[in-house]
Amino acid sequence: MPPKEPTLTRPLRRSFVKGLLGSTSFWMVSGHSHWAEALAQEAQKPYQPTFFTPDEYRFVEAAAERLFPQDQHGPGAQTLGVAEFIDRQMESPYGHGDNWYMSAPFVQGPANLGYQLPFVPRDLYRKGIAGLETYTRQQHGKVFADLPSAAQEQILTALEGGSVSLGDVPGRVFFEQLRTNTLEGAFADPLYGGNKRLGGWLMLGFPGARADFMDWVNQDGEAYPFGPISLSGETA
Amino acid sequence: MTKKHADAIVVGAGWAGSILAKELTEAGLSVIMLERGSERTTAVEGAYPDSIDELRGAIRKRLFQNLSQTTVTVRNTIEQTALPYRQLAAFLPGEGVGGAGLHWSGVHFRVSPEDLRLRSSVVERYGEKFIPEGMNLQDYGVTYAELEPFFDKAEKVFGTSGEAYRVNGKIVGNGNIFDGDRSDNFPLPVMKDTFTASTFRAAATEAGYHPYSLPAANASSQYTNPYGCQMGPCNFCGYCSGYDCYLYSKASPNVNILPALRQDPGFTLISDAHVLRVDLDDTRSKATGVTYLETKTQKEVSLSADLVILSAFQFHNVHLMLLSGIGKPYDPISNTGTTGRNFVYQTITSSRVWLPPSKYTNQFIGAGGVGVAIDDFNSMNFDHGPLGFVGGSPVWVNQAGVKPIAAAIGTGGGGTPRWGSAYKGALIDTYKHSIGIDAHGSNMAYRDVYLDLDPTWKDAYGQPLLRMTFTWKDNDIRMNQYVVSKIEPIAKAMGATKANLVHLNAGQPFDTRHYQTTHLGGGAVMGTDPKTSALNRYLQSWDVSNVFVIGSNAFPQGMGYNPTGMVAALAYWAAYHIRTTYLKSPGPLVQA
Ligand SMILES: Cc1cc2nc3c(=O)[nH]c(=O)nc-3n(C[C@H](O)[C@H](O)[C@H](O)COP(=O)(O)OP(=O)(O)OC[C@H]3O[C@@H](n4cnc5c(N)ncnc54)[C@H](O)[C@@H]3O)c2cc1C
Ligand code: SF4
Repeated sequence: MPPKEPTLTRPLRRSFVKGLLGSTSFWMVSGHSHWAEALAQEAQKPYQPTFFTPDEYRFVEAAAERLFPQDQHGPGAQTLGVAEFIDRQMESPYGHGDNWYMSAPFVQGPANLGYQLPFVPRDLYRKGIAGLETYTRQQHGKVFADLPSAAQEQILTALEGGSVSLGDVPGRVFFEQLRTNTLEGAFADPLYGGNKRLGGWLMLGFPGARADFMDWVNQDGEAYPFGPISLSGETA
Repeated sequence: MTKKHADAIVVGAGWAGSILAKELTEAGLSVIMLERGSERTTAVEGAYPDSIDELRGAIRKRLFQNLSQTTVTVRNTIEQTALPYRQLAAFLPGEGVGGAGLHWSGVHFRVSPEDLRLRSSVVERYGEKFIPEGMNLQDYGVTYAELEPFFDKAEKVFGTSGEAYRVNGKIVGNGNIFDGDRSDNFPLPVMKDTFTASTFRAAATEAGYHPYSLPAANASSQYTNPYGCQMGPCNFCGYCSGYDCYLYSKASPNVNILPALRQDPGFTLISDAHVLRVDLDDTRSKATGVTYLETKTQKEVSLSADLVILSAFQFHNVHLMLLSGIGKPYDPISNTGTTGRNFVYQTITSSRVWLPPSKYTNQFIGAGGVGVAIDDFNSMNFDHGPLGFVGGSPVWVNQAGVKPIAAAIGTGGGGTPRWGSAYKGALIDTYKHSIGIDAHGSNMAYRDVYLDLDPTWKDAYGQPLLRMTFTWKDNDIRMNQYVVSKIEPIAKAMGATKANLVHLNAGQPFDTRHYQTTHLGGGAVMGTDPKTSALNRYLQSWDVSNVFVIGSNAFPQGMGYNPTGMVAALAYWAAYHIRTTYLKSPGPLVQA
């Protein structure tokens, strides 16, 4: 196939070209629609949530940062753009529960038989945040984002342990939703809004979209030498 | 209006369906293959870099079954109300052309010869009484020697990489000493060991076990299969299990069969066609064709055919049989009927060991079918006498490529933090320096574990969902615990700084929320007795002789090995007997 011109170009760093181990075909894939999306996202900072209200968004930012805090190991959820990731996911088919079986009746049963609520992720956040802010105000007289870290941790611990009820949504279910999406936001390709500057991947030593390890199948426990690269060609 | 007619209709475009469609068109039949999902080709769905996106791939599960249309209900015991499996987790059925064969991993086993006659083997060695009350232990009704040519054929079609132990009675290499005899070597040389696999190999040897390379349908070099389909060498990209291989290196129906099949004028593939039922004549002993829904237009279409092949995957096959009235539904109370009987799964538990911080395990490097295993505690390879359980489990390092979201979600729990700073530290350490070791074992069949139709929930087409009644039983839990305990000496020999050996616990119910495997089996099993099997030994329905049901539904019990090599061999075996015997004189190949 004759290589086509890439539709979008970004400065190529030396390390990136080396890192591809000779398979420059990556750049010949044109019309990759995510590029435009990723670049557009970068241009419109600071991020304006479209699904969450400003108050809900403050909650998501604060809670995600407690779950995945900035620390000696590396960046936290705030720096990585996790809240933005979650907001954008809520507008995706996933946010609408596109591949969940959502037919009635909804009968509750033992936890090991799985999720049985009539709510898709968007509903879980809307109801979960409202319920948790009510609880937080009752217990602490403030909204979650305005509490000190220790109090936030206490609330999340209670939520995870199942001792907080949020009305329609069991606290534990909301906790798992929040934890899962937070971790997704920390480690998904940056084109979805999180893992900013590939900070999540750098922490783990994950090389992202390199996907060619012919020469590193077995180097007797040496660390892989190249840094990460994203689907849009961003390197760190 | 006259219905459109085909000599044969094949339901489902996965491995089983593609093999049957290929064989039947080769025999000169006109074949229509119906697939409920959409068209898929590696050039489109597998295109780099979209194909190597973890969020879109294994996390949002773009290639798997869309549960919003149809799912199953699950309960652990007969007394419970089964509830819908609303989110994909424990198992991940395929959908679309290629089926799960497009996004499987590629571990390509044959079968342990003794597993095909497990009941006979157990009775010979330990007596009838050794089999626990309520366990439906059965033979397949076919021997390893009979299947050998078809295992060989499947390996050549899949372009499987591996190292043999014995070919035509002669020891030829460093393969699995417990393997059955082979008529030929693997078509491709063995794949390289990742660092974790070679570490396991050395440690397992030191512990006195017999490690071997997993047979992998990931190509170790370029290859052209007997159909003229081409593969390129696998580069251990690590986006393998749950992904479409962008390099044409992982065997799939899409790469290894369909390019040839699509050129045959006798073959028609219709996608977005959800088969609702097999139509039977008034005697209910002959199929006249199938009725399907064009999912794009919501129009029902009926086709007529002389021969119907169900190859829609294990539980979808059973579902279609129940919806169509093929065979008698199994009733666990009266212990009668066979459709839905002997529903089985696999016991898999994943343990982990940590190496010193100077060693990087680079877990993102890997290929789905590649690794090193031991079979010392699989099948009948060890003495069960003093242990008092049936079955066994290979143990392996199978580094298919661990990606960060999956690693992050899976880290923590069992008393260790699942979030916060300590969690982050553990995640990084685990990702960089640990090795996963699985015990991937058998699961026996039981009288009260079965499939039937759910009384409450329906799919998007108004048909009752399939209901699974399934849980872990004492025999299999103890088997798993025993085999997992054998990992300890390997961990020690590896120089592990820490090990977390994970096993099933007594009384632990099956949990639909966590991935196990998609190696579901049974429900319409093959055998020699129509009272205990839905299919004869050629996978032909005892009740409706122009219906053959191809898939892991035929397994009377869940084996320690991954199923697809066996499914493919059974597909070629059934096809051979259809071609050589059935087509000459259609009717039952075995008298009931
Ligand atoms: C992530 C993953 C990894 C795996 N790795 C391995 C491995 O390493 N080794 C191994 O041996 N096995 C593995 N498996 C299992 C393997 O994928 C299956 O055993 C194999 O693909 C089964 O082939 P099949 O043809 O029976 O069914 P499928 O591949 O599931 O094909 C059945 C097809 O029928 C279609 N269908 C279903 N119902 C209908 C209907 N009503 N009308 C029309 N069409 C219908 C489905 O959409 C599907 O496309 C893995 C599975 C998964 C999910
Ligand atoms: S690991 Fe190999 S076989 Fe698997 S997807 Fe990557 S290149 Fe293909």
